[in-house]
Amino acid sequence: MRTLALAAAALGLALSALPAAAQETPPLPRVFWSFEGPFGTIDQAAAQRGYQVYKQVCSACHSMTQFHFRDLAGIGYTPEQIAAIAASVQVPGPPNAQGQSSPVPGKPADAFPSPFPTQAAAEAAFNGAVPPDQSLMANAFEGGPTYIYAILNGFRNPPPGITVPPGRYYNIYFPGNLIAMPPPLHDGAVTYADGTPATVPQMAHDVATFLYFVANPHADQRKRIGVHVVLFLVFVTGLTYALKRKVWSDVEH
Amino acid sequence: MAELGLQENEFKNPVVHWIDARLPVFTAMHKEYRQFPTPKNFNYFWNFGALATVNLAIMIITGIFLAMNYNPSTAGAFDSVERIMRDVNWGWMIRYLHVVGASLFFVTVYVHIFRGLYYGSYKKPREMIWMLGVVLLLLLMATAFMGYVLPWGQMSFWGATVITNLFGAIPVVGHGIVTWLWGGFAVANPTLNRFFSLHYLLPFIIVGFLVLHIMALHTVGSNNPLGIDVKGPQDTLPFHPYYTVKDSVGVCVYLIVFAILVFFIPHQPLLMDPNNSIQANPLQTPSDIVPEWYFLPFYAILRSVPNKLGGVVLLFGSIFVLFFLPWLDTSPVRSCRFRPIMRWLWVLFVIDVFVLGYVGANRPVGIFILLGRIATVWYYIHMLIFLPLVGKLERPLPLPESISKSVLGGGALPSAAAARPMEKA
Ligand code: HEC
Ligand code: HEM
Repeated sequence: MRTLALAAAALGLALSALPAAAQETPPLPRVFWSFEGPFGTIDQAAAQRGYQVYKQVCSACHSMTQFHFRDLAGIGYTPEQIAAIAASVQVPGPPNAQGQSSPVPGKPADAFPSPFPTQAAAEAAFNGAVPPDQSLMANAFEGGPTYIYAILNGFRNPPPGITVPPGRYYNIYFPGNLIAMPPPLHDGAVTYADGTPATVPQMAHDVATFLYFVANPHADQRKRIGVHVVLFLVFVTGLTYALKRKVWSDVEH
Repeated sequence: MAELGLQENEFKNPVVHWIDARLPVFTAMHKEYRQFPTPKNFNYFWNFGALATVNLAIMIITGIFLAMNYNPSTAGAFDSVERIMRDVNWGWMIRYLHVVGASLFFVTVYVHIFRGLYYGSYKKPREMIWMLGVVLLLLLMATAFMGYVLPWGQMSFWGATVITNLFGAIPVVGHGIVTWLWGGFAVANPTLNRFFSLHYLLPFIIVGFLVLHIMALHTVGSNNPLGIDVKGPQDTLPFHPYYTVKDSVGVCVYLIVFAILVFFIPHQPLLMDPNNSIQANPLQTPSDIVPEWYFLPFYAILRSVPNKLGGVVLLFGSIFVLFFLPWLDTSPVRSCRFRPIMRWLWVLFVIDVFVLGYVGANRPVGIFILLGRIATVWYYIHMLIFLPLVGKLERPLPLPESISKSVLGGGALPSAAAARPMEKA
């Protein structure tokens, strides 16, 4: 399938390689993802660890407005676990007669709450930059989850001669290299429930897996159905072709 | 028998008989899709009209279901599309079908057009079929352009801004036109509303023009790979079952390609630009504004002219020139199989369009500027100079006597023989 994608890309004449070429960023690292290819599926244990990273680190700055607690079922959480997770988070409650709402414990049908009440509040906190919403982050960049992984691993000390203004950080994969996100991960930033050592590459890989799921909650189902659809169509094509041969057998052509 | 002006017909089924006597739709179907005498030597390139029709049906059906859940407002559009993707039952599949279908529609239509160019299907007596086809192409482009704006992502917004601004190049009235198109002073909520309304309307106008396209076809009959006229019944087959079954084979193969794209690689950047996964933000311009792949050759023509008005004129001219093709091409021979010079110029023309597409995908710097200009000039030279001139100068190969003679090996020509495996397949 990757060859097919490659062929399609070559046919459209390498459209995808273009934007990156303008900035001086190195090519993205080669990362293996469990969900690659036509039969790949999302690694649920990794996605659950990634959820932990999201919850304890990223959610302090990034919103994820399209994602609901109930959607966690897609990476193997039980309804009881989901209810407990939702209840442990305060979400905006219904407005009272004065139009004010006070926080209430979440329910599975609630969306994840956002860290900043408004866009302006986020801008004020980061010198005008806004942490982008994470609902579709894994689809929003060339390279997808690999780009997220690269950014999280791409923080470096600036090379000599480059001054980094306050509120900016040097990241080799970010276009222009100066990103407003402080390095969010450091070794041991979370303590994994399953005991996996929480190194930066490990956490980056896990959270990118989780964000891939968040952006493509139906990906596994889609491919599973796709295999059946394609097999069925191949079968029907064979039948139709045989029929065509039969119909045309009496024609000189 | 024809009592009270009832239409005579031979249908046995009493209900069919009764209806047909009053509304002869069954007779019409019988005539146009069963008996319709079709040249017996079509190759698989003759499938692409049927494929485009199937594609149109898929677009309309999926589009109607999308519209049930879509919110045409700048505040709600992006979220409503996400709701379709996440929460609407089978919503993701409906949307991917619509997205992939838009791209494949252009694939089928472009192959269909290049087929017509190679086999001279635009020549007398098929000028009207061809010109209606160009109208269909323009309508399809307008539909796809406006559809792409609807999900209100970054590329939706910035693509709409760039393209509508083109009309600003028109002297004197340009700015007025742009404001009128926008319904305001920028691409905003009124623009999105009208684009949604027109995006819903235009596919049905396309259906109307498709009917005319087919009516014109069934008036003069189909062309064929030899480009020679049908001489008699021995040259043709009834459309059904011969071509219904052959078109079905094509449709099946086509659906396999469709399914692979929909179920396995819908996020291939050529099908969905990653930037459209980011909600439209009028304050933040993406680093590259690239149209969908199917517009890239035209985008390259636009950018190859340093003057904005000139670019816009050449852009629209490159499509409008197609209307005049039946009169620009002076050769009496239709099929390039028998045109030793034009067949190679056709190959170069196809390459030229691919080069334009490649240039359109790249920033207009360095070599791409030169390449874009050469390819643009070549496009026009092909249309305005080669077609009229080569038709006069070229010595065509001798034409076979008839389709059936050629099929049976009589009067066979090397080129006809070489092309046979394709027809057999
Ligand atoms: C301290 C706040 C903060 C935390 C915590 C944080 N981010 Fe960010 N993030 C930001 C800001 C601010 C930006 C915008 C950067 C810019 O535009 O310069 C950003 C941007 C990004 C980008 C986009 C880069 C681009 O090319 O536009 C990615 C990807 C990202 N963050 C991922 C993450 C992930 C994954 C986590 C959790 C592990 C995380 N962030 C945690 C503040 C944060
Ligand atoms: C000629 C056939 C058609 C073409 C070429 C076409 C093309 C497109 C394209 C390119 C998009 C943007 C896809 C995306 O990125 O999401 C789109 C979206 C949309 N179209 Fe169509 N379309 C066609 C017919 C229709 C019809 C008949 C309807 C409704 C009856 C419709 C309704 C919609 C809606 C609601 C959207 C927005 C939702 C979305 O973005 O997925 N379309 N269309």
